[in-house]
Amino acid sequence: MFKYYLQLAARSLQRNAVLTALMVMAMGFGVASSMTTYSLFRAVSGDPIPWKSSKLFFPQIDASGPLHRRDADEPNDVLTYVDAVALMQDHRARLQTALYPIKPTVTTSKRQRAIPGHAVYREFFPMLDIAFSYGAGWSAAEDEHHAMVAVISKGLNQRLFGGTNSVGKTIQLNARTYTVVGVLADWHPRPKFYDLANVEAFGADDQVFIPFTTAIDQQMATAGGFGCSAPPRPGFAGTLTTTCYWIGYMVELDSAQEVEAYRAYLDHYARDQQSAGRFGWPPDNRLHDLQAWMTYEKVVPPPTKVSLVVALCLLLVCMVNTVGLLLAKFMTRYSDIAVRRAMGASRRAIAVQYCIESGVIGLVGGLLALALTWLGLSAMRHVLPTQIAILAHLDFSLLWQTLCLAITATVIAGLYPVWRATHASPFLQLKED
Amino acid sequence: MAIHPIVSALQRHKVGTLLIALQIAFTLAIVCNALFVIHNCFDKMHRTTGLHEDHLFMIETTSASGANSAGMSSEALDASIRGDLVALRRLPSVEDAYESNSLPLSNMPWSNILRTSPNDKPHTFAEFFNADDHTIGTLGLTLVGGRNFRADEIGGHDQLSGMQPSVVIVSRQLATMLFPNGNALGNRIYFMGTVTPSTIVGIVDRMQTASANGFNDSATWNSILVPFRMVNPTRYYVVRAKNGQLAAAMKAAEAALYAQDPLRIIPDGEDGDDIGIRSFAQIRAAAYATDRTLAMLMGVIGAILLSVTGAGIAGLSSFWVTQRRRQIGMRRALGATARDILNYFLVENALISGSGAMLGIVLAYAFNYWLMSKLELTVLSSPYVFIGVAITVLLSQAAAFAPALRASKIAPMEAIRTF
Repeated sequence: MFKYYLQLAARSLQRNAVLTALMVMAMGFGVASSMTTYSLFRAVSGDPIPWKSSKLFFPQIDASGPLHRRDADEPNDVLTYVDAVALMQDHRARLQTALYPIKPTVTTSKRQRAIPGHAVYREFFPMLDIAFSYGAGWSAAEDEHHAMVAVISKGLNQRLFGGTNSVGKTIQLNARTYTVVGVLADWHPRPKFYDLANVEAFGADDQVFIPFTTAIDQQMATAGGFGCSAPPRPGFAGTLTTTCYWIGYMVELDSAQEVEAYRAYLDHYARDQQSAGRFGWPPDNRLHDLQAWMTYEKVVPPPTKVSLVVALCLLLVCMVNTVGLLLAKFMTRYSDIAVRRAMGASRRAIAVQYCIESGVIGLVGGLLALALTWLGLSAMRHVLPTQIAILAHLDFSLLWQTLCLAITATVIAGLYPVWRATHASPFLQLKED
Repeated sequence: MAIHPIVSALQRHKVGTLLIALQIAFTLAIVCNALFVIHNCFDKMHRTTGLHEDHLFMIETTSASGANSAGMSSEALDASIRGDLVALRRLPSVEDAYESNSLPLSNMPWSNILRTSPNDKPHTFAEFFNADDHTIGTLGLTLVGGRNFRADEIGGHDQLSGMQPSVVIVSRQLATMLFPNGNALGNRIYFMGTVTPSTIVGIVDRMQTASANGFNDSATWNSILVPFRMVNPTRYYVVRAKNGQLAAAMKAAEAALYAQDPLRIIPDGEDGDDIGIRSFAQIRAAAYATDRTLAMLMGVIGAILLSVTGAGIAGLSSFWVTQRRRQIGMRRALGATARDILNYFLVENALISGSGAMLGIVLAYAFNYWLMSKLELTVLSSPYVFIGVAITVLLSQAAAFAPALRASKIAPMEAIRTF
């Protein structure tokens, strides 16, 4: 029966061809603009680590007091070196890492270039479940001994070693020799959620990771933000002991109890600092999870949200439009319906037939929408920054979502016209003809 | 023409009428907000930086001996910067140049929160730019009070040291915010965390900050020049080319810098790098990419919306005409002129779209209220609502015109024809 109704629906597309074309165009354009803006939204708002985002937390500790910020301001979103190292030493979570962005120069065959990277503790790799092509992260002992080791990205390994296993080989960073201990598999976290406070959310991928302790040893300056609430003592050593903010921090907390315990620990830490005389104010800490952190750091630009909402409103108008047109289209068929009803067809049967008919219109609209979405995304790629443009593409999930949205939206728009069609009085219709 | 029969006829088509009215309302609400957003984007993109932007470009370069402060003594670094500047200024295609940490619209904000008394809490947000005695000339800023920096006031300064210059030059906007009484010149301000004052020796008319889309849009013009060379492995040279020689100067400057230090790094845009040498036009385009995209999307969505609504109304009206052929024929037979019929359909359409527009105005303000929470927008100004109403009502009339014309051509004979 379903197949027969499909054939009927396909045949009826040609009847009232103008009305049909209008509906197909309306749904096609409506769905295409929604899907184009949605794919942009998805590109910037996606959860970069869905299996763990509720377990990753980002602490903030007020180390300069209310006198050093405006009333409306939150405590700094990065830590001072003193606090970051103290938290690392206390080691209250199973996994945690202090981290900061670096931009060392690396010598390639052609010439030197500065590459983005991060100084992290070994726990960074297991915490983010990062897969390795070769080797692994470094050991806790190497963290402790400020070892000259590095983990490099697949891309850098390709460039320096032609993609071969480079574990045990050496690279030059800032003219110092580091031994490669691991090569990452493909890893392109977008946004770069692990250090949103310091780096651009959709900036270039990190190509090198070295131990935090080693980077400090080598006096590598941060490639991110840097600000002090007191004049720093001179030199790199001075920035470590003055209240200067530049270190990102991330902890993994697996349960609500652990979160509560960590909050209590942070407060306890701040209170200790207060009684030691370092903080002249009561504890003022924050502990956001990744989703809240991404909101706080404004990862999704408001214009992206606005475009999506406006496009959805357009889809709504297209649906209202389709309700009217379907009503008109079905109305021309009331006499057919009357004949079928008079010959014993149930209302249900009529409803199924006409729902399928609106579904078919939706399907054709969906196919048009696919073509238009593809066009829209190609246009978008010209105006977007490359890192986001990579994410905004027509993949399989977007493909079937587009078709589903088009069919669902059209069937919903068809509900009222179908209801009207099934409730038209067969007697009156037959008599009028 | 009597309205009454039209209204009572409409009451027999409640749903169709409601659908058109709703469509008009939504269309109006979205279209006038879209126009408003587009206008705002263009306004924002056309703000002047206060710079003379033609012929200006910026070079990012890093000393190869390392991004670590240990690699090269700061004296050696400072000397290499001064050497670079001499080489750049000597180029025949170059007007002038200086070294800095950032540039307006470059999206590299270096911010500070200022106060006017050592005992205050910091209260005024500002972005600072490293500058020397060539900066005002290179950027084409207009000095409206006080003086430029003197060459002997410029010192080396690394990224890690505290910010406490003895003299500063501020933008007029910042001067007014800090000293509403207008006595900024010669007065003192304090950078965050310092107790040593900085004296304002000059005021420039207008200078935009580095962040075009910052969180501090109220501080878009709060710029401050500090008399420091940034002694840092990574630094920026801002260069003004001679008239019409921008491309030549960009090439020559790159060559000159590599001649100074063959091992230096100027990012070439490969491997996800940013491009190291960018004209101000490129910097401006990148700064407003989001706004341009938003304006474009609003424009396209608005255009689709109007087409869909127009086509939909035309389709429905045409259907109604077909449905009422017999009644129209009857009216014609009873003496109505073709003109009467045309008017009938146009007035009917005007009634529907007019009431839809009423609802649309309410929706437009509701939508605007939501948008204000998301974007830097003000309350929708009434001209946009008028334009929106005019566009949608005219569109609706235009869409109904062809079907109405067809109706007016129906012959009285139709009244007795069965079909």
